[in-house]
Amino acid sequence: MFEVHKDNFDQEVLQAPGLVVVDFWGPKCEKCLALMPDFERLAEQYGDKAKFCKLDTSGNRRLAIAQKVMGLPVIAFYKGGEKIAELGPSECTAQGIEAKILELI
Amino acid sequence: MSNIWDIIIVGGGPGGLSAAMYGARSKLRTLLIEKAKPGGQAASTQDMENYPGFAKGTTGPALMQAFADHATSFGAEIMRNEVVSIDAAQKIVYCKDGSQYQGHTIILSPGAIPRTLGVRGEQALRGKGVSYCATCDADFFTDLDIVVLGNGDAAIEESHYLTKFANSVTIVVIHDEGVLDAAPMLQERAFKNPKINFIWNSTIQEIKGDGIVEGVVLRNIKTNETTELETNGVFIYIGTIPLTDFVKGQVNLDSRGYIITDERMETSAEGVFAAGDARVTYLRQVVTAAADGAVAAVAAEKYIIEEEGFAESVLHESRPVAVAFWTPMIPKCIEIMPVIETAIAAYGTQAKLWKLDTYRNQRVAKRYGVVQQPTVLFFHQGEVVNRLGEDEITPAAIKGILDSIL
Ligand SMILES: Cc1cc2nc3c(=O)[nH]c(=O)nc-3n(C[C@H](O)[C@H](O)[C@H](O)COP(=O)(O)OP(=O)(O)OC[C@H]3O[C@@H](n4cnc5c(N)ncnc54)[C@H](O)[C@@H]3O)c2cc1C
Repeated sequence: MFEVHKDNFDQEVLQAPGLVVVDFWGPKCEKCLALMPDFERLAEQYGDKAKFCKLDTSGNRRLAIAQKVMGLPVIAFYKGGEKIAELGPSECTAQGIEAKILELI
Repeated sequence: MSNIWDIIIVGGGPGGLSAAMYGARSKLRTLLIEKAKPGGQAASTQDMENYPGFAKGTTGPALMQAFADHATSFGAEIMRNEVVSIDAAQKIVYCKDGSQYQGHTIILSPGAIPRTLGVRGEQALRGKGVSYCATCDADFFTDLDIVVLGNGDAAIEESHYLTKFANSVTIVVIHDEGVLDAAPMLQERAFKNPKINFIWNSTIQEIKGDGIVEGVVLRNIKTNETTELETNGVFIYIGTIPLTDFVKGQVNLDSRGYIITDERMETSAEGVFAAGDARVTYLRQVVTAAADGAVAAVAAEKYIIEEEGFAESVLHESRPVAVAFWTPMIPKCIEIMPVIETAIAAYGTQAKLWKLDTYRNQRVAKRYGVVQQPTVLFFHQGEVVNRLGEDEITPAAIKGILDSIL
């Protein structure tokens, strides 16, 4: 699992080859913390097919807003430097994320 | 029997966690099933100033962590899973992953989720400026301008919290100028807060933005006039809806979906209890949810003891059992009890008498349709085979029935 932040987001997410899945979370977001174990499990399971990153928005507010994330949790999917899909706070469930991964790989 | 839990609790908010603590402390095998992280709605608010004993306030997540630790310290088990349906008669809960668990009792504490407004833009801009959780998302709005819709306790309290981050908070209120539903203390603080503005007699008709919230369309409900207001975020606090779909048809709900209980928190289904925000109740707070949980757990414990006692002494008894429904508060009961005792004692070990105080155990009386005391029900092999009402209890009648069974 890559920890991404404002200094490496470009390189690790936008310029990375293949599918990149980014978990936008924050330490005060209970729902994000609850989701984290599921995301980590998915990262292990599909780690060879996509790159999994997490982004702590608390220290990277501007970066998050630039990615049009203003509420948590959000799981965003990138390919070729573009955001190609996104699951918002009401759609972020383990099943939902897994279904989206399977659709995109 | 060992895989049957004494109490299965659905939901790990303050109601469920309190029930788990009480249950486990009474040495009952207690399982709490929570689909997310324990804490419920209470963990989604930072400002927690009205839980007794915390005069300077605590935070929602901290208080809920303490609730959870307290419950597990007495041995309650907390499991992460989502309950999708229940069988109230068999006391079985069915989970999303296909697993199922059986208990002697069930306590439902599934709480509630924020009500959505249902206007254009709300769904599409969720996580893009539309939020129902200030604690989760406040950071993003540092130095920005935001709108809050609603005027109850949650709306006003969260607005206050949001002013610690935002440049300005505009509260859109449906009532006349100066009228808020929130508690007076919260109102006073909001009126004094220089970062808070109000727009009265209005609601939000549409949320606008291209990928991110840019503004709202407000409608004045008196004049029907619409105006646009630029904003970076919209927080919606217009009440909650109970998460009770999964128990529909198993326990009685009111027309809005809240679970109906009696004062012991028992639902329409025997041995199934409910606590907290999902219940029909006057006040929905952490302290009341916790109180409900305590009542439900103690009532569940009593239910288990009564049911076990009745099953062992009456239903699983091979001899005929005369169950005398009585209560010492009715003189006639006290008068007739010796008559019953003597008549049954004449059968030595061939028959048995079991006295049931209806004041203490109304449930069994209700189940067998006993409305008058004294009444004697004759059980054999777990079934009622005969009964004698108040005026029919005589030594001869008792003898007649017992002879016919034996
Ligand atoms: C923003 C906000 C601020 C608040 N501020 C205060 C305050 O300052 N003081 C105060 O006293 N109260 C406050 N409240 C109210 C308080 O949070 C609630 O009254 C309380 O949390 C209700 O507790 P509960 O146990 O009934 O339900 P909840 O707290 O709603 O917990 C229910 C739990 O059950 C789980 N669940 C639901 N269905 C299932 C299922 N099928 N399977 C498994 N798990 C399930 C949910 O995930 C949830 O964790 C606030 C509420 C909000 C929303």
